[in-house]
Amino acid sequence: MDYTGDPAGAPAYLDAATAAPPHPVTREALLAALADGWADPSRLYAAGRRGQQLHEAATAVVAEILGVRADEVSFQPSGTAAAQAAVLGGLRGRERVGRVLVHSAIEHSAVLHAARTAEAVEVGVDRLGRLDLDAWATAVRAGGVALAGLISASHEVGTVQPVAAAAELCAEAGVPLFVDAAQTVGRAPVPPGWSLLSASAHKWGGPAGVGVLVVRKGVRWLSPYPQDDLYRPRHPGALSLPAVVAAAASLRAVTAEARSEAVRLSALVDRIRERVAATVPDVEIVGDPVERLPHLVTFSCLYVDGEALLHALDRHGFAVSSGSSCTSSTLRPSHVLEAMGVLSHGNVRVSLHRDTTEADVERFLTVLPGVVAAIRKEAGI
Amino acid sequence: MIRLARAIPGVAVGEIVRVLADDPAAANDIPAWCRMKGQEFVAADGQAFDVRRLS
Repeated sequence: MDYTGDPAGAPAYLDAATAAPPHPVTREALLAALADGWADPSRLYAAGRRGQQLHEAATAVVAEILGVRADEVSFQPSGTAAAQAAVLGGLRGRERVGRVLVHSAIEHSAVLHAARTAEAVEVGVDRLGRLDLDAWATAVRAGGVALAGLISASHEVGTVQPVAAAAELCAEAGVPLFVDAAQTVGRAPVPPGWSLLSASAHKWGGPAGVGVLVVRKGVRWLSPYPQDDLYRPRHPGALSLPAVVAAAASLRAVTAEARSEAVRLSALVDRIRERVAATVPDVEIVGDPVERLPHLVTFSCLYVDGEALLHALDRHGFAVSSGSSCTSSTLRPSHVLEAMGVLSHGNVRVSLHRDTTEADVERFLTVLPGVVAAIRKEAGI
Repeated sequence: MIRLARAIPGVAVGEIVRVLADDPAAANDIPAWCRMKGQEFVAADGQAFDVRRLS
């Protein structure tokens, strides 16, 4: 559907948790590497060696930022592909132990889809979206657990998960932990103790089409795909080397800015949390107000259709996303909001990035109450 | 949800309103509504949801 309404202000993209706008370094590195690093790094001529050099340099940058060895890092076609390779390969590597995958109820759908290939045991969260550590401990101690999976922080509501504590419980039980760190890498350090990790470049301001998979030394991983080396993840098919170079360069750039950006964006999120609660009646701000991602806030409005709200905000120039059922491909409400037991309709997720200004947030906060009121009025409230 | 909000003031405090809803979000959202509005979610049976007016 096309809307031609006057956005009444500069458009503001507020959906960084889906894809952050490319960092300026992404563009620069991508263009440079397109000129210089397009050849297949596995070939033995000069252009191939140049590609190999760039690939190694990019791997080293990512490894250093994540605090791991370079040979533990591989690039994948996307964050989804990386997460699924972690789950499927992690399960396959420990087939002899069992087929059980323990995972939180708020994992990304990519992980939940992979979980359907195993005997999945789901561990719940509280009303704020935080993992139930007692239930987690019981689940990972049970027999036949091949792998455990925990998202570093909820991509839908922002609540940071107790990764270090969950990892300790896994270590005591001898179960490797996979952490889907897509929303954390590039914004905050990932707590230690995990065995496998995935991330996604377009979530930190890198290019789309680059995922990162880390498998620590000593972790049994067996490729779920047909390939030469079954024991070490590698990129299936030709690598987009320019995109990988841009991903690594932008990760270095955003990591350098991460601390100051987190302070700035977190203050804007606090402002959204307070003002939405004060100016929109019958609204529930969801997720942990303190232990949360710096850039993401979610709320649900009673008596409002999520899709109508999304389109109305779009007409005013705001790009946001929603966990309401009418906006999803499955026509089911968000499994994350359901697991928390919070209102799923009239749901809006706002996620900020380095280009988001205070003026963008102010305009959003000025426009939102009227938009919600108009939809409710139309519905006869 | 809107009909539930309209029906509640029409019953006495302590009485129950039964909501029939085929929306897949109802099982989650009706209890959430009760929590937000200070009413009691009594029980669900398939697509029927019972809500008691508390205030």
